[in-house]
Amino acid sequence: MTGAARRLRGMAEPLDAGQPMLAAEDLHVRFADVHAVRGAGFAVADGESYGIVGESGSGKSTVLRAVAGLNPNWTGSIRIAGETMGRHRPRSFHKRVQMVFQDPYGSLHPRHTVDRVLSEPLAIHGMDDAENRIERVLREVGLGPAFRFRFPHQLSGGQRQRVAIARALILEPQVLLLDEPTSSLDVSVQAEILNLLARLRAEHGLTFVLVTHNLAVVAHMCDRLAVMNQGRIVEELSVDQLRANEPAEAYTRQLLKASLGYDREAARALATFD
Amino acid sequence: MTGAKPLLEVEDLRVEFETRVGLVRAVRGVSFTVGREKVGIVGESGSGKSQTGRAILRLTPQPGRVTAKKLDFDGIDLLKADERTMRDIRGKRIAMVLQDPKFSLNPVMSVGKQIAEAYRAHGGVGAKEAERKALEMLAAVKMRDPERVYRAYPNELSGGMGQRAMIAMMLGTEPDLLIADEPTSALDVTVQMQVLAILDDLVTQRGMGLIFVSHDLNLVASFCDRVLVMYAGRIVEQLRASELSQAQHPYTQGLLAALPRIDRPVAELQVLKRDPAWLGEGA
Repeated sequence: MTGAARRLRGMAEPLDAGQPMLAAEDLHVRFADVHAVRGAGFAVADGESYGIVGESGSGKSTVLRAVAGLNPNWTGSIRIAGETMGRHRPRSFHKRVQMVFQDPYGSLHPRHTVDRVLSEPLAIHGMDDAENRIERVLREVGLGPAFRFRFPHQLSGGQRQRVAIARALILEPQVLLLDEPTSSLDVSVQAEILNLLARLRAEHGLTFVLVTHNLAVVAHMCDRLAVMNQGRIVEELSVDQLRANEPAEAYTRQLLKASLGYDREAARALATFD
Repeated sequence: MTGAKPLLEVEDLRVEFETRVGLVRAVRGVSFTVGREKVGIVGESGSGKSQTGRAILRLTPQPGRVTAKKLDFDGIDLLKADERTMRDIRGKRIAMVLQDPKFSLNPVMSVGKQIAEAYRAHGGVGAKEAERKALEMLAAVKMRDPERVYRAYPNELSGGMGQRAMIAMMLGTEPDLLIADEPTSALDVTVQMQVLAILDDLVTQRGMGLIFVSHDLNLVASFCDRVLVMYAGRIVEQLRASELSQAQHPYTQGLLAALPRIDRPVAELQVLKRDPAWLGEGA
């Protein structure tokens, strides 16, 4: 999206040339006796789609939650469009950065209608024209106006995830943080949601940070990715390098091999990376 | 077991539920056999793949009704078997690993005790031997610290560890047939690979039969010998796993095309267009 188009839509000023939309440096996250993230750093350009992959416990979701402001126990630096973030996020942050969670069953209030789910962020941010905005965003995520007054239990898993995406999108953010957005969906529904996200990114010039354990999903959705293990980013590579089977690190190569399906010999050769 | 007779024969299996909104036909006339091999059942949620697995063990929840022309396990008619016979079969001769360890393990008993209990009940071993074997099996499913896991309660384990504990419990009783319902979908890919290798060994070395229920078409294609593809309660296609890429049924083809692949980039994923004709008669 051009700067002019962005200003017309009342969005924030464009970034200076070369300035990343999102940058984390020396990020550490500690829980009681667990050092979950140990010095992670990465930068995501405006309009880029960046993947973070890793196995369970690697710290990938914790990084995303720290960026989203959902986890106060972090140290290091997080900058969004050049602005340094503190423990508490101002309202302007949430206008700019929105998140979509893995479980569409858990992330929607069971007794709120779709209309209420979508109205709330608008009210919080004092945005006008709620009527049109809700209708528009529902159309954008492929749900007709008929869905507006339904409750979550009246929706399928894929439809719920569309509502969760609509809720994120209705504030017209620049950055979407996606935490395993399709991991609890059927393969055919996953394809629909991934296509929807890709289309929305193209149309709105969105920046994505996508956390997933699924390398194929990252390869399809992202330009670059970070591979995490034991709280550290072990490697950053382009999706082209991934597709060409050219990761530099042994850990990434093993992860890639295991993602390609069952292989008796590979199973025997698996190593533990501590 | 005798010669070439399959371990399990299923003919025209139907599972139906009487509900408030009418009769739900979860499984609608499914026929297949399982020998000492790895048979994958793939399908999306609601395809009836899990209910097929449960019906074999007569674990269909109330008010479900199971009928079949034939449901034979190693010469035993499972439809007519009394509860005592079924208890002898369940866990010992046919074991099942369910998807979610959270609901399958007893929350107020240590994991090791539960595993040892299964061995004592089905394997006829004493307490000491059961404990030794439990630790051995926990190591076999690649637990880093089997002693700790033995003493731990289910809530102290991650999902992946709980799942491996379930698998350890089933493996120790050395069943003839294992029905594994999404046994690895909660696991990391590398752990998944290790667990599959254990199952693979049991089939190829001990001659166990395996029914592997999964939504993951690629995994099933690379792991199993044969694949049954289920849609809306019916098997729409049966084929050798190695020939999955030449699948004929549009549903199978659609599922394959909907999957993003590392080795085959596409601009846009194909979306499955469901054809009412796939439902067949009586839907």
